Amino acid sequence: MTIALEARDLVKVYPDVRAVDGVSFSVPEGICFGLLGPNGAGKTTTVEIIEGVTNATSGEVYYYGEIAGHRFRQEAGIQFQNTALQDYLTVRETISMFRSLYDRQADIDDIIEQCSLGDLLDRDNRKLSGGQRQRLLLAVALVNRPRLVFLDEPTTGLDPQARRNFWDLVQSIRADGATIVLTTHYMDEAQVLCDEIAIMDEGKIITQGAPESLLHARYGDQLINLAHGEIRRPNLEDLFLDLTGHSLRV
Amino acid sequence: MLKRIYAIFMGRNREFLRDRSSLAWNLLLPVALVFGLSYAFDGQRDEYTVGVLQAEDTIDTSLHPFLETRFVRFVAYDDIDEAMLKIERHQLDLLVDIGPPTRYWINPSASTGYFVEFALLQASSNSANNVVKEQVTGAPVRFADWILPGILGMNMMFSCLFGVGYVIVRYRKNGFLKRLRATPLTSFEFITAQIASRMVLIMLITTVVYTGTHLLLDTRMEGSYMTLFIVGLVGAISLVSLGLVVSARVTSEELAGGLLNLINWPMMMLSGVWFSLEGTGEILQNISKIFPLTHVLDSARAVILDGATLADIAPSLAALVLLSSVFLAIGAAIFRWEQY
Repeated sequence: MTIALEARDLVKVYPDVRAVDGVSFSVPEGICFGLLGPNGAGKTTTVEIIEGVTNATSGEVYYYGEIAGHRFRQEAGIQFQNTALQDYLTVRETISMFRSLYDRQADIDDIIEQCSLGDLLDRDNRKLSGGQRQRLLLAVALVNRPRLVFLDEPTTGLDPQARRNFWDLVQSIRADGATIVLTTHYMDEAQVLCDEIAIMDEGKIITQGAPESLLHARYGDQLINLAHGEIRRPNLEDLFLDLTGHSLRV
Repeated sequence: MLKRIYAIFMGRNREFLRDRSSLAWNLLLPVALVFGLSYAFDGQRDEYTVGVLQAEDTIDTSLHPFLETRFVRFVAYDDIDEAMLKIERHQLDLLVDIGPPTRYWINPSASTGYFVEFALLQASSNSANNVVKEQVTGAPVRFADWILPGILGMNMMFSCLFGVGYVIVRYRKNGFLKRLRATPLTSFEFITAQIASRMVLIMLITTVVYTGTHLLLDTRMEGSYMTLFIVGLVGAISLVSLGLVVSARVTSEELAGGLLNLINWPMMMLSGVWFSLEGTGEILQNISKIFPLTHVLDSARAVILDGATLADIAPSLAALVLLSSVFLAIGAAIFRWEQY
């Protein structure tokens, strides 16, 4: 099994908080890896350290066995949680501009088709709906035929149709052979898309593994009693709440 | 590398050129100011200006009763050629060497000189010294001739500082810089693209505005257009670099706006956009030399009004190159992509 990405003992200390506290994990090639956690758990900081846009206080990131550097930047595709694009540029121009920044370049028509942007090519970035904008941001993340794709809460704020459409997109990227690192608040999303997950809280990984294995290890054959006498099997949300608690995070 | 620089360069150009309100503002404001101010102030002055030939900076009014005349501004000159040039162009109403004997130079086609001459002769009527008159001829430098480089320089200053400084801060704040950082683009490539984009746009706008006002107002041009273009180019590099220093780390648009205004206003007041610093104290004149705009305007006016060559304005160009190098070095050293 080839390891595409490995984080070793990542630490990020801000003046008033230890946002990431010794995070280590590895992501095998070709899987969808989910990083889950409540607000403020440190998952976005962890991912941004790996992506190279935030400097770690200590720790290393390896990409196919090498310290993540030039090759990583050429081969990684990244969709940030919040990204502004340039005003007054069209969808086509935005994709084309980002594509020009890489030596590895995807076929522009393939990206447009994959992300269903054909009808929007001449539309100003500012005039896109939430779902259209997320599809464009994903297209921007795919302009270099990435071997590794980071998706940071990509479906936050989307309606159910747009979310499911986005899941199909992610599955098609994975089917093309890319490794995916996904952070999300949505447990159903993680359950559908992820082969392996890690749950973070207070800057640390508190559990890691395949969703079914984690559920089985925690609950075995246990069932959950609901109101009106209904019962059901525990899911990732139950596991998440059991591990991170019910208190509100800010 | 060039491919990446070109991609960012074109992206920024498109963003600017499609923002019609910004484009119109950059084009129309300087034209409106030159036309408006020329119409309002050409030929109007509140006081007379007389040059006094002497070695000292301060004028001793006890030397001659004329020097106590009210509503006349007396400015000391130790270079007779410089003062004579101003008489030729009607920028000085009269030049006097108290003597003895008292000598004065006047341009007979300048109406204001005619009245100041009366005042001088009146004040000298009780003096035992002879008064010697010399005549100098030459067409006047109109207000439009003088103010045009100032307005163009001011527009260039605003466009360079805000067009680079403010925009980079906005990119940093809204996360666009972070997105670019996640690509193979280097900070050098990004900065180069931003500077190149602004340079092309500002030179294009300045050339269009200059050509339009020059043709419509028939403004003076004693020197070479190419020399003037080089002054604009070197000046724009310096001003863009200054904008880069401001934007290198700032993450708040409000703070960036404040810092840019902190730079803009002293430059606008002390670099000679609206009025000449001639006759002001040496300290103030020396302070003005730290501003790139001062060197831009001094050089541009020297080319336009005096027909200065590249060799003549070399010291100002050298100062601009030096300032650009310092600003670029600081900007590149402290530049950061991220917001926090």
